Amino acid sequence: MLSPSEIKIVLETALLSAQEPLPIPELRRMFDEEIDGDLLRRLLEEIREDWKERGVELVVTASGWRFQTRGAFQTYLERIHPEKPPRYSRAVLETLAIIAYRQPVTRGDIEDMRGVTVSAEVIKRLEERGWIDVIGHKEVPGRPALFATTKTFLDDLGLRSLQELPPLEEIAKTLDLTPTQTPATQSAPDEPETAQASSA
Amino acid sequence: MRDIVELGIAAPPSAVPAAAHHAKLRGQPFTELPSDLYIPPDALEVFFETFQGPLDLLLYLIRKANIDILDIPMARLTEQYMEYVEVMKTRNLELAAEYLVMAAMLMEIKSRMLLPQRAMPGEEEHDPRAELVRRLIEYEKMKLAGQKLDSLPQLGRDFFPVEVWVERTAAQRLPQVNIVDLQEAWRSLLLRAKMTQHHQVSREELSVREHMSLILRRLRSGGFAQFVELFDPMRGIPVLIVNFLAVLELVRENLVEVTQSEPYAPIYVKLAHAQSE
Repeated sequence: MLSPSEIKIVLETALLSAQEPLPIPELRRMFDEEIDGDLLRRLLEEIREDWKERGVELVVTASGWRFQTRGAFQTYLERIHPEKPPRYSRAVLETLAIIAYRQPVTRGDIEDMRGVTVSAEVIKRLEERGWIDVIGHKEVPGRPALFATTKTFLDDLGLRSLQELPPLEEIAKTLDLTPTQTPATQSAPDEPETAQASSA
Repeated sequence: MRDIVELGIAAPPSAVPAAAHHAKLRGQPFTELPSDLYIPPDALEVFFETFQGPLDLLLYLIRKANIDILDIPMARLTEQYMEYVEVMKTRNLELAAEYLVMAAMLMEIKSRMLLPQRAMPGEEEHDPRAELVRRLIEYEKMKLAGQKLDSLPQLGRDFFPVEVWVERTAAQRLPQVNIVDLQEAWRSLLLRAKMTQHHQVSREELSVREHMSLILRRLRSGGFAQFVELFDPMRGIPVLIVNFLAVLELVRENLVEVTQSEPYAPIYVKLAHAQSE
């Protein structure tokens, strides 16, 4: 029978050597004896506490527990691997947002919301990243594919569930079309187009 | 070129409701918006390409003029939108059909608004702008959500997974070896070593030549001996074999003679020269 502190070291070793986030059931499988889920969670919290002052941290994502580097050290780490990951275009990001917040959606739904055709390239990039996949087909003519976000998407953004997505900004609570006296809500301060327009 | 530049003026002063302006410049009410900087034609094309579509362009016009999205002045917006589309048409032939569809929609809304509303008793007044506004709001939400998603820390971009080096990541998974297998292997190794050792020792100890000498010495005393007496089974098979080889060698070198009077009779070994002498 392992003592809690021994279990803790086993957990820590497993998490440090894992390539993927480890869920509680998988962690529990390592031990011969049955270990209480609450105890595991408590020990994981302790490990998280132990690493508080270090450059890596223990986090929970959709798929389980994972050690990762702290964002604050990214500038230094990037000097070891100078190739910058490419940033996604606005088309990709808007498509991703629609799939994330309105899933499951068809390509037609995305096009309706964006007012433009969605290029196959955009969908492909998100699929290749493993962030979205086809979870079925809508039973309408043409049986269009229904897209949804994956667990990898949540893992890669450090989210435990879709509930943790940033809340949608409420631009106007109601579609009441009477003239309002408070135009303050309409002045989006950091409109990228405005910035581009004035700097162009 | 001039007309392009003037497109930058999003809200003509006359169209701005006076109540919305409290700013004063040198004591004078500041009613006129500053016209935008000159935009070179090439830059203008780049500028258009940054729009994600007609909704994005409309939102831009609305936000730029600080128009209340819930009370869009359709005539003004349509006019400005059409100006942009005209410029896009002359500059960029690949202008997407979506922009023209939107233009048609704006025209339709505008004309419907010009018609007198038929107020049916007990029925909500239907604003022709409602659908457009709903789409604009939904689009803006998603646009902002996309920016927010992009600002979330991202694996591989803003942080890395931690992975301690484990041997298995380098080497292919090798067969598992347990302690019993090891013991077994070691035992058989020892056994083999023992056998080899034994042979080496016997080769040194059991020299055929030496046994030949022994046999000759034995025969010298009596002249002859029974073949079986030359062998001592108690000394083990290796000794027997070497002894037999020694006998054969002695025969070959004509040092001894082996005789047998009849089948199954005892075989005798005697010194060759003893006989000849």
